[in-house]
Amino acid sequence: MTPPLLVAAVDTSSGWQTFLQYALIGLTNGALFALVALGYTMVYGIIELINFAHGDVFMLGSFLALALIGAMAKYLGWNWGEPAMIGLGIGLLLVVVPLFCAALNVTIDRVVYKPLRRAPKLAPLVSAIGVSFVLMNVGLLWGGAADRHFPDLVSRQSVLGETAALSFTVKDLMVVAITVPIMIALTLFVKTTRLGKAMRATAQDPLAAQLMGINVDRVIGATFALGGALAGAAAVIYGLYINTVSYQMGFQNGLYAFTAAVLGGIGNIPGAVLGGLVIGLARSLGSGYVGERWTSALVFVILIAILVFRPAGLLGSRTRDKV
Amino acid sequence: MSPASRKRPPVELLYLAVLLAYPLLVYPEDALFRLTEISIGMQLTYIFIYAILALGLNVVVGFTGLLHLGIAAFFGIGAYITGILTVPAYPFQLGFLAALALSTAGAALLGVLLGAPTLRLRGDYLAIVTLGFGEVTRFTLRNLEEITAGTRGLNPVPAPSLPVAMTVPLHWLGIEPDWSLDYRLFYYLALGLLLLVVVLLRNLEHSRLGRAWVAIREDELAATCMGINAARVKLSAFALGCGLAGMAGCLYATTLTSTAGPDAFDFNRSIIMLCCIILGGLGSVRGTLLGVFLLIGFDNVVAPILDGLIQGADINPSGNPLLTFSNWKLMIFGLALILMMRFRPEGLIPSVQIEAEMTKDLPGPRGIRAEAR
Repeated sequence: MTPPLLVAAVDTSSGWQTFLQYALIGLTNGALFALVALGYTMVYGIIELINFAHGDVFMLGSFLALALIGAMAKYLGWNWGEPAMIGLGIGLLLVVVPLFCAALNVTIDRVVYKPLRRAPKLAPLVSAIGVSFVLMNVGLLWGGAADRHFPDLVSRQSVLGETAALSFTVKDLMVVAITVPIMIALTLFVKTTRLGKAMRATAQDPLAAQLMGINVDRVIGATFALGGALAGAAAVIYGLYINTVSYQMGFQNGLYAFTAAVLGGIGNIPGAVLGGLVIGLARSLGSGYVGERWTSALVFVILIAILVFRPAGLLGSRTRDKV
Repeated sequence: MSPASRKRPPVELLYLAVLLAYPLLVYPEDALFRLTEISIGMQLTYIFIYAILALGLNVVVGFTGLLHLGIAAFFGIGAYITGILTVPAYPFQLGFLAALALSTAGAALLGVLLGAPTLRLRGDYLAIVTLGFGEVTRFTLRNLEEITAGTRGLNPVPAPSLPVAMTVPLHWLGIEPDWSLDYRLFYYLALGLLLLVVVLLRNLEHSRLGRAWVAIREDELAATCMGINAARVKLSAFALGCGLAGMAGCLYATTLTSTAGPDAFDFNRSIIMLCCIILGGLGSVRGTLLGVFLLIGFDNVVAPILDGLIQGADINPSGNPLLTFSNWKLMIFGLALILMMRFRPEGLIPSVQIEAEMTKDLPGPRGIRAEAR
């Protein structure tokens, strides 16, 4: 369930070098958490709902990617051994899986959350837990109870050369090369486009936004679609990077991602990215210096400490409950 | 009490009489067991224990309106305190009553320690803190192997010792005075404690403190203006809720003769308890009892029986996971939550205020309360 961090292989002969290596692993992992965290934070920013089902959308996305890789080899004769085909295949997955997750997320919003918009806050939250259970069950029936192996398509060759002091593999590079552009694109989208502006307005005050002629329902739908698409992209990368998927991975990774969102200041887009990176770092440094089995506890202790001492998160500003 | 609720006790007493009489009338359960492969009496014992847990959660979530997603941690803490105080591997080896009291007090104290800095957080942040605490507790229980024996759990937790005065009435009822031979001792112990808790809560509900809890849930600002010390009242709800969870944990470990592994106290357990009180009706003692009876009964009794039936009927000779009933349990729980929230958010037996709030049938202009949220 918990993604392995691959820190066991780190050479621990030199202090600084070890630290940098852990940090590198942590930042790469963190970029992944950040992608999932963005979905939580955007939805929370707009309708103040902790979308518990988000992690499970992510999980179903990686199951779909796994199924597609098999199906492409079987029905299209796709050669997953050739570098060019791998690149093209991953590109295809990065289109299809996010589309699927976006559609799933929007459907969930329309069917389950939308009728509860005016209900007390507990109602959508509990429904989200319910949706999470349903999706988890779908994953269980689809992929079985055991961990599934995800094909290891991307090479583990070091980009820095085999003799370099630090190891940064093609796989690590792939994570960074996909997540960073997505985050930049998202930031530009929210900052510059009309729809992005509408999203920011709705997040600030739905009623005022509506009075200004913004179709709030459409904006909420778009937010769910965007969040789902990000989770879908993260699902593909996660599968290729970690190589193990299971029906329970949505819960655990969803919690990490949510922690990242809260850490950065929930509702805050750069905050989610920062939070993701910090969580990634905390996990890898924790695994390296404290012990692998304590990392999860460490992440939650950080979460509790942040909420108690700085509930607005690192970058957040909204602290007061709207009375 | 209103005249309506004055009329009700006879029905409740009838249920109680059935529960009291069941193990005496149907014992041994051989015929029933052959049919279902499940000891209904033993499962009822666990239902009583979970009912105490759910009633504790109901104090926090139902009465006071604080969303607590880590109640299983306190259940586990109660179980492990009992384990440490009673198993032969430790030098304490206290009796059951001492363990029960200390488990309850220990869980309540931890609840206060967690609650004191966090209860000022707004609703959903508090939910996350309690969730996080639950996970930290589970990982800690698993990792501190020298103290908690890791995933194996502490055992054997010894059975309570029977007072000598009990032997004659037990003999008269035909109950074997040996805890490992006759489940009915645990059954009556759990039922008795559950009754105590129910009576305690029903009295508290209408006391000054109980009304303060509900006032906080309804409107914290208004309650504070009326002179209620919000922090202290919330903390007391937290302490009582977590304490009851610890008490249930002690009973659980004693009945199971083991603390079970840390994974018995995971997030799923917390959520299932939450489902119980939401299904039954937030803030309603009778609703909580009904919810536990339906959901835990479904989970522990109906689902395995259906699984057995499907297997016995040879519908699924190839072992297709789609035809194994237990594989659909999460789906059923999830759909139950979604449908309840959509169509009957106040629960099956709602408390009066929650029903009014959820259906928005309050005096004054409609829609205003919805906007206020």
